[in-house]
Amino acid sequence: MTMLGDRQQLAYIAAQAADARVNVELETEGMTLNIGPQHPATHGTLRIIARLDGEQVVWAEPSAGYMHRGYEKLTEVRTFPQVTALVNRIDWLGSFANEVPFILAAEKLMGVEAPSRAQHIRTILFELSRIANVSLFLGDLGVQLGAITPVFFAFRDREYVLNLIEAATGGRFHPNFDRIGGLKDDLPAGFIDETRVVMKKLRTFCDQIEDLLFGNEIFQARTRGIGVIPKDVALSYGLSGANLRASGVDWDLRRDQDIPMAWNKTEFKVITHPDGDSFARCWVRLQEVRESTKIVDQLLDTIPAGPVMAKVPKIIKVPEGEAWVSTENPLGEMGYYVVSQGDQGPFRVKIRSASFNNISIVPWLLKGVYVPDIITILASLYFILGDIDR
Amino acid sequence: MVSPLSSTTDTPTEAPRDTVREEALARVLEALGANVVDSLLKPNDDIWIRVTAESWRATGETLKSLGFTYFGFLSVIDWLPSPFGKGEDDPTAPPVERSTTIKQGYAGGETRFQVFARLVQPFTTLGINIKVDVDDAVMAVDSWSSVFAGANWHEREAHEMFGIGFNGHPDLRNMYLPSDFEGHPMRKDFPLLARIVKPWPGIVDVEPLPGDDSEEGEAS
Repeated sequence: MTMLGDRQQLAYIAAQAADARVNVELETEGMTLNIGPQHPATHGTLRIIARLDGEQVVWAEPSAGYMHRGYEKLTEVRTFPQVTALVNRIDWLGSFANEVPFILAAEKLMGVEAPSRAQHIRTILFELSRIANVSLFLGDLGVQLGAITPVFFAFRDREYVLNLIEAATGGRFHPNFDRIGGLKDDLPAGFIDETRVVMKKLRTFCDQIEDLLFGNEIFQARTRGIGVIPKDVALSYGLSGANLRASGVDWDLRRDQDIPMAWNKTEFKVITHPDGDSFARCWVRLQEVRESTKIVDQLLDTIPAGPVMAKVPKIIKVPEGEAWVSTENPLGEMGYYVVSQGDQGPFRVKIRSASFNNISIVPWLLKGVYVPDIITILASLYFILGDIDR
Repeated sequence: MVSPLSSTTDTPTEAPRDTVREEALARVLEALGANVVDSLLKPNDDIWIRVTAESWRATGETLKSLGFTYFGFLSVIDWLPSPFGKGEDDPTAPPVERSTTIKQGYAGGETRFQVFARLVQPFTTLGINIKVDVDDAVMAVDSWSSVFAGANWHEREAHEMFGIGFNGHPDLRNMYLPSDFEGHPMRKDFPLLARIVKPWPGIVDVEPLPGDDSEEGEAS
């Protein structure tokens, strides 16, 4: 334990020293480097303005907002069931996972609980979203560091998962399947057997990626010790998900929170890593895909019989009140603070998306790093533009 | 058998978690003392407190020292009912009169704008929602950015969307909007122009299906 602490401490001191060195070294003429808004490493349209001194970054600032769609404002003029169609598009690679916390918040205010079959299927689809989302990350990670092969594996195997989501919900990317009180529909025939096969394929995919990428010496050289985030810094920036667990914080909302979902009926490991560097963040995500396939397998065995929809009125009016629900989404903690004043639509919805907090650490983290490491760090933090801008 | 519309707060199985929240709230109230104006505890749900504007920054520091080290979010609520309703009015008809009575939420409040934030104790996953009234004449509270680094961006967003100032914030530039943009889009009296220039096709939310008994559907 002390060793891990020391290691973290050393990495932190090294980062601080780099910071100081940049400032103290000889006066050289600085240069401002603009990365993006259209750049392969930005997962969309994020612009990074970096002031360089030689090869080192002195100051960096992400400039978000190229994709701001104003969902918080739009929710105020829609009814509760209509909001899921919007929030689908926040993190577009794991869409179903975005719907769940909002629906849970509305259900909490209404005092409705989905039947246990619906909770099970929700959890399965939630984990499938995570697998689809993070497996693409694993492939994309390779591309950004110069390895082309993994991304083809990732697109191939993600397609199997998307096919499953499409079979169940009708939409590959935007399922809009979750309803207040349950789900739109039951699972299609053959879904369970097909899912089992796909989960096996995904575990093979994880092995392949581990061999191709994580065992690769160049990959390790480019990620180990790069972009170290100490535990306390991660917490105070509100980092969540794999970014937080890679800094050694053993905290997973799936396990630690009591919400009406089926995770507490399964056994899974919460993966952490003590290093807090880019390698740790990527490694934690890889292991989480493995764990997710295991969760899905366990849930497939135990889907209870029964309805998928509780009895709710056709026109949904949510009683007055305020509710906060967050879940462990593929990118981290995603939560909705829903304020209702007894109408058909919400009065105010605060969307707390994971990437917004995760990316706000970038100015701190990029100080003192070398230019190629900017790409590594951005890739390993893993954000989705829609999730930053909302 | 699933009981429809059952209240989750009545289930006795979750009772032990209430004591956790009660104890946490007692600790928080003791540490904050007279700075807390109002508080609310919903069993098995959450804790809300409202503090005085002067103590906003000190509250953040005290809660951090009490173990609420994880910064969730920070934002603003505009409690004014929207003068545009749902933006579904007929633009050719005379303007609709709407109530402007402000109805506050949990833990009360006296002003139109409230800044609210959420902090969490990691590992216990015990969260606390903190609210503070923003005086209409001042329209600013102290910044949390030196207490929680993550508050920096949240406050920038709040400043841009609601026009609330944060004293001591290093850099309140706009994040999303052009720097010469006028107005604060998330305020309730800022119209959603998309709804005004074109009627919203989603007004008809529930269309009764053929053969459906539409009794429930029409009861509104």
